[in-house]
Amino acid sequence: MKKTIHFTLNGQKRSIDVAPTEILLEMLRERLGVKSPKCGCDRGDCGTCSVLVNGRTLRSCLMLAVEIDGAAVTTIEGLGKDGEMSPLQKTFHERNAFQCGFCAPGMILSATELLARNPEPTRDEVKEGLAGNLCRCTGYTPIIDAVLEVSRKSGEGK
Amino acid sequence: MAIQEAFEYAKPKTLREATKLLRKNKGAMVLAGGTDLVGYLKEGFVSPSLVIDIKSLAELKKIEFKGNALHIGALVTFTDILESKVVAKKLPVLREIAEKVASVGIRNRATLVGNICSAVPCLDSGPVLVAMDGVVHVKSTLGARKIPAEKWFLGARKTARKPGELVTGVSIPLPKGKAAGCYLKLGRYQGEDLAQASVFVLMVGGKKPEFRVAFGSVGPVPSRGRRIEKSLNAGESETAARALVGSEIKPITDIRATREYRLHMCEVMLERAVQAARARLTGDGPAYGAAII
Ligand code: FES
Ligand code: FES
Repeated sequence: MKKTIHFTLNGQKRSIDVAPTEILLEMLRERLGVKSPKCGCDRGDCGTCSVLVNGRTLRSCLMLAVEIDGAAVTTIEGLGKDGEMSPLQKTFHERNAFQCGFCAPGMILSATELLARNPEPTRDEVKEGLAGNLCRCTGYTPIIDAVLEVSRKSGEGK
Repeated sequence: MAIQEAFEYAKPKTLREATKLLRKNKGAMVLAGGTDLVGYLKEGFVSPSLVIDIKSLAELKKIEFKGNALHIGALVTFTDILESKVVAKKLPVLREIAEKVASVGIRNRATLVGNICSAVPCLDSGPVLVAMDGVVHVKSTLGARKIPAEKWFLGARKTARKPGELVTGVSIPLPKGKAAGCYLKLGRYQGEDLAQASVFVLMVGGKKPEFRVAFGSVGPVPSRGRRIEKSLNAGESETAARALVGSEIKPITDIRATREYRLHMCEVMLERAVQAARARLTGDGPAYGAAII
């Protein structure tokens, strides 16, 4: 039986009828047209399907759509403010922290969660915070550097 | 991948409602974090008629210390454990365990209770429960049961949970004296991986120190190392204890490691875990979570 769920997606209220079997990732991509979460492994290992639910990164390939009833979901489309990219998005862009870009939404969302909880992480903490997000192009170094650069900059701003 | 077999979904508001639903629907399964269940549903590995989402049962989201035991509710995620002040104060080695589970995106959802309900041989939550005489709490419409962790794990993916029973949490009795522990997990690389082998050691201080030892991922279920405990309790060294590892565990060769490698590494890890626990007890050990292997 279908169930109507209410949630916010990138700050906007949404309501949609979902079947219990619907996976959150499929619902976001196929029914709501939000294409930034991607299906890499479909089993929780790669991080490309990550979304923020109430501020925490979760694997949308391992969630039923009905489970987000009442929650606040953020994808990378919702990170910037007033048409401006977030500091992480900007720095990833400036530092060339991605090549094909397939992993970037998951990386940036994971880094967003990390910096919200730990504004000045060590290099090892950044690695641990991003673990489970696989990148096949960059070799990770520019990604880790970009996250550290953002954390340093925000530290200077204090 | 879409889920092929249809099921109904229910989100009960009370524990009573949840156990009633479980009893009435033979084919029902319980959903908490879902990091295992949703994967199983997609693979067609399970096909329940009803999925009971227990995430509204706030009383299961608690971590509490009472009656000299640490209680962990069925909705407590590994991230909750990592962020809990009670855990940090009462049983910091549990953080070392939680930290080794998969990655942040999984730990934010996956629960410790879900881990012991899936009961795969490489689970990280098993050794500590078996070593510390942990207790699994279940409830059904017929009443409640407490099952000792060692009797909980019956085989790979097999537990003592009976149809109609809902696991509400686990409790870990804490030793009276000052204690320190160590959990070492061997993976194929640093970062997230399933365990090839794992060792848990707890040392309780005092004139005659007392040890608890358990192994994971080297048999169908986590296993207690009683001969090793006896030897260490009698004052034998950890180097001597290494020789007993082969009599405690019978690992197999599989895709992740060979039998010989597992055995050898369990000896190495046992020795280092005892050393780390001892050093932590006196306050100059490696920080919890530090790389020791
Ligand atoms: S697609 Fe979800 S983790 Fe890979
Ligand atoms: S930039 Fe291609 S996968 Fe990371």
